Amino acid sequence: MSAVEQLASEPLLRVTDLSRWYGSIVGCRDVSFEMHPGEVLGIVGESGSGKTTLLKCLSGHLEPTSGQVEFDTRRHGMSDIYGLSEPDRRRMQREDWGFVHQNPRDGLRMRVSGGANVAEPLMNLGRRHYGEMRSATIAWLERVELDTSRIDDKPRNFSGGMQQRIQVARNLIHGPKLVFMDEPTGGLDVSVQARLLDLMRELVRDLGLAVIIVTHDMAVARLMADRLLVMRRGQVVETGLTDQVLDDPQHAYTQLLVSSVLQI
Amino acid sequence: MSEPSKPLIIVEDLAKTFTLHNAGGTVIPVFEHLFLEASPGECVVLSGESGVGKSTLMRSLFGNYVPSTGSVRVLHKGAYVDITGASPQVILEIRRRTLGYVSQFLRVIPRIPTLRLVMEPLLENGVSTEEAEARARALLSDLRLPERLWTLPPSTFSGGEQQRVNIARSFIRRYPVLLLDEPTASLDAENRAIVVQLIRDALSEGAAMIGIFHDEDVRDAVATRLFPVLAYKAAA
Amino acid sequence: MSTAATRPNEAERYYNYAYLDEQTKRMIRRAILKALAIPGYQAPFGSREMPVPYGWGTGGIQLTAAIIGPDDVYKCIDQGADDTTNAVSIRKFFARVADVATTEDTAEATIIQTRHRIPEQPLKAGQVLVFQVPQPEPLRGLEARETETRAMHAYEEYGLQYVSLYENISAFGRIAATAGYPVMVEERYLMSPSPIPKFDNPKMDDNEAILLFGAGREKRIYAIPPHTRVRSLDFEDYPFEVQTWEENCALCGAEDSYLDEVVLDDAGNRMFVCSDSHHCGQRRAEGHVGPMAGHQLANPVAEDGQ
Repeated sequence: MSAVEQLASEPLLRVTDLSRWYGSIVGCRDVSFEMHPGEVLGIVGESGSGKTTLLKCLSGHLEPTSGQVEFDTRRHGMSDIYGLSEPDRRRMQREDWGFVHQNPRDGLRMRVSGGANVAEPLMNLGRRHYGEMRSATIAWLERVELDTSRIDDKPRNFSGGMQQRIQVARNLIHGPKLVFMDEPTGGLDVSVQARLLDLMRELVRDLGLAVIIVTHDMAVARLMADRLLVMRRGQVVETGLTDQVLDDPQHAYTQLLVSSVLQI
Repeated sequence: MSEPSKPLIIVEDLAKTFTLHNAGGTVIPVFEHLFLEASPGECVVLSGESGVGKSTLMRSLFGNYVPSTGSVRVLHKGAYVDITGASPQVILEIRRRTLGYVSQFLRVIPRIPTLRLVMEPLLENGVSTEEAEARARALLSDLRLPERLWTLPPSTFSGGEQQRVNIARSFIRRYPVLLLDEPTASLDAENRAIVVQLIRDALSEGAAMIGIFHDEDVRDAVATRLFPVLAYKAAA
Repeated sequence: MSTAATRPNEAERYYNYAYLDEQTKRMIRRAILKALAIPGYQAPFGSREMPVPYGWGTGGIQLTAAIIGPDDVYKCIDQGADDTTNAVSIRKFFARVADVATTEDTAEATIIQTRHRIPEQPLKAGQVLVFQVPQPEPLRGLEARETETRAMHAYEEYGLQYVSLYENISAFGRIAATAGYPVMVEERYLMSPSPIPKFDNPKMDDNEAILLFGAGREKRIYAIPPHTRVRSLDFEDYPFEVQTWEENCALCGAEDSYLDEVVLDDAGNRMFVCSDSHHCGQRRAEGHVGPMAGHQLANPVAEDGQ
């Protein structure tokens, strides 16, 4: 699909005047943007800038104080996700979305095998054929470059980078339209980080996935994101094409943020 | 390609000023009232001393820098699209299909093998893996990059080797408009000649180019005209 | 009715008939009605302190206490046997506090309290089978948050339960879970049948009797009313199967009952006998004979009697 056609089509996600307050403290405020299929959106900013609050609001985990999050759901079309009934919203989250957490412990069931972790979303969608799910799992483990002979090992027996690969497979196996990633490479060694980033980039391209990735790491943002939202004190201070924002930042805060990156 | 006479890129009344908010709001004007066009087969070479704003102009044309005023219109799928006002999706789409950029530096994800890096622009445009690999191999051998390096990530390569990987990534597919920011900077004479040939081939196939070349031999070999950036120097 | 001898507490005992006070029993009955109205749903109830340790079946005892009346005939089994310490003690407990007749005969009983088995003999309309349940939540092993498991039940999100079956097949090549095998009740609620062997799962489907489940420590009651559909979970390519034995019952020769393995001596001799002691005894009385019917170790109860 060309960019022009994409623009003509309905957006995948539309966020309108989204605010979330914690009492009198602001989590995020007046955030508005649209996302189209296949786009990778980076949300950057330092700790406490409201990235995580925004991500929680977008991903259906935290109801905004005001404003709307509309998503083009498979079952209901474009809908305000907080207007859906809770079971409909949960089903939509299972069917249409993925969520890769920073800490694999938050995204994986540590008591069941890596293979079962990857297969679970299929079971959640009602698949009941063991053999088919097993093959799909093996295919996905190969795709994320994991040793398929370790399919039945528990996540704790995998390294941090491998756990993240299991998480990536678990969040892509069911064919989501949108994947949220919260500092997906945050806890990893740089060398492991690079390989994982490359893998994720390749998968995003091959699957035409839309991704919202939250990171404080400008290098990760540059490699993964097509477009950035820069957040400060709960507000979006700058938005634009990733290399534009990083190479020619317009806002004082973004200039500070970009100039604070260590050069090696 | 449409009528040969139609410019592929039209720059009108372009100005660029940097404002450094964290340095007391210092304003650095670079150029203003800049007009420039490039048509198929043309290679416009930006001239002027270093610091005159050649690279800034190149980046503004690519949508990497945000111009203060003016427009940069690129003929994309039969219609002119102004990069300075386009949405990120449109800019990315134009960069994927119409507007290529060869910088002096190779900026890629670490630890990805060279061959894969060169294949990437083709894969992004939906070319099959087999065809992409075949074309990448052919181009890398044309650029005389030793085959033993193809499976290695380029981070440990010499400057000239990295530069050739960079060129391969940019010439692997034919962009109608190509921006060249010192593509031959760290190459020896032999390799420079190869790159010159690549550029000439692309020009004869109807590409329009805007480039910066410090090497006078290369410049003379490819330039169809010179464009003195200094003429548009903005007053500080 | 058992022979009602005069007791020291004759004057007081009807005040607290069946041990629990009337208000508590009413509260439990309300929970039972709710559980019967929503088959498979875990209805919360205010579980009381009972004269046995938690986990020994306080949920089952409270259920029985709430529904028992002087005309009932009470049977209590533990792992299918009427004669284990717990079964004997609980039977005596109700004989004393509820003045009921007791029996070992499955057909004769109106209330059967059980731990870990469903009797082999099919139950009839009018009978109530009371299960004691250690962990009522089938999803607990995979999801520790009560808020989350409640939401899963509310929204019928049961994919997670299949994860445990999936793990089983991955590890053992088949669904190796043998007890507490999860079921779907009336295609709506996922339910743990308590730690009965999966051999007994099919007996719950379309049963004529009322099946009540009580979890004292976890404060939950759930139920399967008569003629309810109960389906054991499985995969399309790994259908549900019950356990089978190569042996028949050593004592009564039964081919179709649930067998316990009994080790006879240090030399590795062993026998397989019906876990349902009443069923086995009845068959023997009818003249059925198993291969070890005459073995001296075959009837430890008789030995005790010597």
